Amino acid sequence: MILQARGLVRSYGATPALRGVTLGLAEGEILAVTGPSGCGKSTLIHCLAGILRPDAGEVLYLGQRVDTLSEAARSKLRRGAFGVLFQFGQLVAELTAAENVALPLMLAGTGRREARTAALSWLERLGVAELADQRPGEVSGGQQQRVALARALVTEPRVLFADEPTGALDTLAGEQVLGHLVRLAREQGTTVVLVTHEPRIAGYADRELTLRDGVIDATGMGLTDKAVGA
Amino acid sequence: MSATPAAGSTTAHVLLGLLAAGPRHGYELKRAHDERLPRAKPLAYGQVYATLGRLQRDGLVTAVGQDQAGGPERTSYALTPAGRAQLDSWLERIETPAPYVTSTLLAKVAVALLVADADKARTYLVAQRRAHVERLRELTAVKTAPGADLGAVIAADFAIVHLDADLRWLQTTLERVANTHGEVRS
Ligand SMILES: Nc1ncnc2c1ncn2[C@@H]1O[C@H](COP(=O)(O)OP(=O)(O)OP(=O)(O)O)[C@@H](O)[C@H]1O
Ligand SMILES: [Mg+2]
Repeated sequence: MILQARGLVRSYGATPALRGVTLGLAEGEILAVTGPSGCGKSTLIHCLAGILRPDAGEVLYLGQRVDTLSEAARSKLRRGAFGVLFQFGQLVAELTAAENVALPLMLAGTGRREARTAALSWLERLGVAELADQRPGEVSGGQQQRVALARALVTEPRVLFADEPTGALDTLAGEQVLGHLVRLAREQGTTVVLVTHEPRIAGYADRELTLRDGVIDATGMGLTDKAVGA
Repeated sequence: MSATPAAGSTTAHVLLGLLAAGPRHGYELKRAHDERLPRAKPLAYGQVYATLGRLQRDGLVTAVGQDQAGGPERTSYALTPAGRAQLDSWLERIETPAPYVTSTLLAKVAVALLVADADKARTYLVAQRRAHVERLRELTAVKTAPGADLGAVIAADFAIVHLDADLRWLQTTLERVANTHGEVRS
């Protein structure tokens, strides 16, 4: 088990977002997290990635607690073992594609030249090498997501967290991003948590987990007692 | 005797489902059918009577009472125990996840709500969804396999977008069934 969550609970003020979520991911597994809007998918992936701290419960990466780490230690984890990819807006507007991709490596102490070489090779693998010197505002949404994916993968993370990574893209652009994501994850043995509300996108995963009102829906689509009104 | 079993068609099962509430005349069945399953082309009376005839021949329905004037339009039909068993087995059978099964899915869910209950409809929906998701995953694997040719990819795409639409409908329906728990019988 590379990543585990036990009894995760998280609220925003009086609004409960997670009400006790327990799950485990095997190394190299691609897990889709689905469920209706507001069910807690983003909150879950943020807790797993160490971006948010749960109110109760624990997150373990390779058996070590993540949720009790300091903010600095969690940031370090996200620059190394964890990669994150969101719906949009994660690239630094002032930097070129290559600089954006090189950034995590440089933050981790890699030299500029070496970081640029690695960045170019990842842009190449994602089919956007020709955009290396363009800024995010000068390329399409699908191209931006491929650059963002290159940036998420450049540190060769063990776990990639992707929250609606194709949510802002049209079908074909979304498929291209996802095709790359899944292919590269399989090549590198990367474990992936993929949040999506689209069945078609969940089809790329090995396994699907449905959230409903902040808890895992055991029927696979079905219903908590609350929803049934029983 | 024709070799085609009446129970092979969706329409036949919908009629069996409508009869589960009690005996009805052919013209009432046609009206109820068109109300439940609105589509571009309403069911023809001829098709209703032909189907009822085959169902009767196969012992799935029986004629109960005929008004003085006689004739099929005056005959009232009732579900037999064999008909009920046939209906239940149809309701439980998962449809092959393939493009264009949606109308059969719709018929099945509408009938399940009519004759059974929300629990039965839900059990079916969950099982059907599982079959769809599995097929979707297989097709996604086909199209993302290294070296998949364009023909294979576009064929997989075609099936995938249709299954995706079915799945969205299954999901929405399940939520609606949940929300109307206890009020779905008509
Ligand atoms: N920053 C916040 N402040 C207050 N409430 C929040 C905040 N973020 C999320 N919530 C609430 O927490 C619940 C779970 O939200 P979350 O964003 O995890 O859902 P989601 O499944 O990702 O939804 P979507 O599919 O719409 O992205 C919702 O009720 C939401 O309104
Ligand atoms: Mg979200």
